[in-house]
Amino acid sequence: MQPPPQEHLLLRLAVESFLYEEAAHLDNWRLDDWLALFAEDARYIVPTTDLPDGDPKRDVVFIDDDFTRLKGRVNRLKSRHAHREYPYSRTRRVISNVRLTRIEPGEIDLEASFVVYRARAEAIAPYVGIYRYTLARTNSGEFRIRRRRAELDLERLSEHGAVSIIL
Amino acid sequence: MDVSKLIVEDVKSGTFRIHRSSMTSKEIMDLELERIYETSWLYVGHDSEVPKQGDFCRRTVLGRPLVMIHGNDGKIRVLINSCLHRGALVCRTDRGNSDSFVCFYHGWIYNNCGKVIGIPDPEGYPEGFCTAERTLMSPPQVDSHRGFYFVNFSAKAPSLADYLGNARELMDLTIDSAEILGGWEVMKGTCKFDIRANWKLLLENSVDNYHFHTVHKTFLDFMANERKRAGVPRSTINNITNSRALAFKHGHVAMLTLAEGRTIACPNPTWSKDAIAEVMRIRERLAERYGKERGYSMADYSRFVIVFPNLVFHDTQSGFKLRQWWPIAPDMMQVTQWELLPRGEREDLVNYRLQGGVTFQGPGGFGSPDDIEALESCQIGFRAPELAWSDASRGMRREPRSDYELTSRAFWREWSARMQGHAGAKRVVDPPIPSTNARKQVAK
Repeated sequence: MQPPPQEHLLLRLAVESFLYEEAAHLDNWRLDDWLALFAEDARYIVPTTDLPDGDPKRDVVFIDDDFTRLKGRVNRLKSRHAHREYPYSRTRRVISNVRLTRIEPGEIDLEASFVVYRARAEAIAPYVGIYRYTLARTNSGEFRIRRRRAELDLERLSEHGAVSIIL
Repeated sequence: MDVSKLIVEDVKSGTFRIHRSSMTSKEIMDLELERIYETSWLYVGHDSEVPKQGDFCRRTVLGRPLVMIHGNDGKIRVLINSCLHRGALVCRTDRGNSDSFVCFYHGWIYNNCGKVIGIPDPEGYPEGFCTAERTLMSPPQVDSHRGFYFVNFSAKAPSLADYLGNARELMDLTIDSAEILGGWEVMKGTCKFDIRANWKLLLENSVDNYHFHTVHKTFLDFMANERKRAGVPRSTINNITNSRALAFKHGHVAMLTLAEGRTIACPNPTWSKDAIAEVMRIRERLAERYGKERGYSMADYSRFVIVFPNLVFHDTQSGFKLRQWWPIAPDMMQVTQWELLPRGEREDLVNYRLQGGVTFQGPGGFGSPDDIEALESCQIGFRAPELAWSDASRGMRREPRSDYELTSRAFWREWSARMQGHAGAKRVVDPPIPSTNARKQVAK
């Protein structure tokens, strides 16, 4: 069921604001604030470049974090021993083409295009792709991330080498 | 340039040095391609990637566009993916299934055994031209070891079986270990990434346990935390003292480390009781089938086997992975990583296996990105020619543990011999350890 256009627009604006705030947390390395945006049953997935629709249950993926491993990822990045990100790289996220693809009373699916630039060690590498989110809406009206999938359009991780930042 | 002077081994003092120009010189890289890569067996793919007639997958091997293809005659071939007419790619998708391939340039048609079955407008050619037997070319040598396909671009190179030699025994431990579960199958999803470092650094890193506790502290902390969360006491397994390094003829090297968390077949105590029981059953079945020594060795040890010069068989707590690298420039390599799964592994064990794999290894894991950082860091360090030598002396006069750099030395000995145009090194292993008396004399 599509809500009336104006309501839809307002909802999309609210979702976009949420995505921009999330991006600001990540670009400023406020990882604990970022983690607080997730629901406890969340999944963060980055498929391989040759299989963007990869399913972590049966396919190889770059990242398949449940909340425990996501917390582990944040803790790791906060330590001085995550060598690939010590010192931190500079990142800049550009998010656009936000589309709400499913709207239910307590849950929204959305897609958005992204370019995440990572600058470090004499190189700048753009990660280009599409986000697929499922957002839950709490009783107080806040969004919580339940599913966050970053599908890359790259053919390989060339100058990137790895996915050591949060995409 | 005298390539024989790029490694310096002093048996008496037990020291081993590598000249860093081997990692920075374009001239040396070109010679590596000519004398090592052009005459070595290079991995192409696994038969599980083309299970049915007509299945194909594309690969780039030493720059050559190849296609591995399962013909309608039941035979798996590795062909050069280039039209006999003008050279365009005949197969233009990475994988799929097809009876025939039409070159999009002028329309020559090939069947899935590589044979030309049609040339448009044949009247333009001399008599007999279009009826002559023509097939897509194969590399000079193509062979497989138990479903793992390799090619060699030199017709004069020894056979694959001779080349792999005793390293096959270690590969077979891994291959055999999944037989009771239906054998190995390559999963979909490939990790493809570049590292801005010389290819030999990744080779050495893949069989070096000395760096593990420094580079991978965040991974070890995470795993320790997981045990704590599960109420399991700290692991008593020491993967340094319970480890071995091995070196084989033709420069293949390996390390074995005792390891928990292998679904075949040494469980992690944090797993469910039911999963642990199932893994222990598999462990016993391996012992029954292959004998206690071989069966338990399959189960309990992680194996990292380098097939000289650019492949690692990686059978660990992170699953069974193959990783291959290609030199692109002295300070740049391209890496591809595949993962294999036992066809009949129970779902909960597959889950543990994949979770173990994704936690450590690959571009998004808690381990590999830091390895990559270490290699790129070394490569930047090499920019100072004043510091001309890297050191690989560690453990040269000791029983080979996995952190004792035997694997590096053995690789470099073979590398040096091949670079000098020899068929191979006379000795890849370390010299005999001097007796206590001799050691005292050295001390004097």
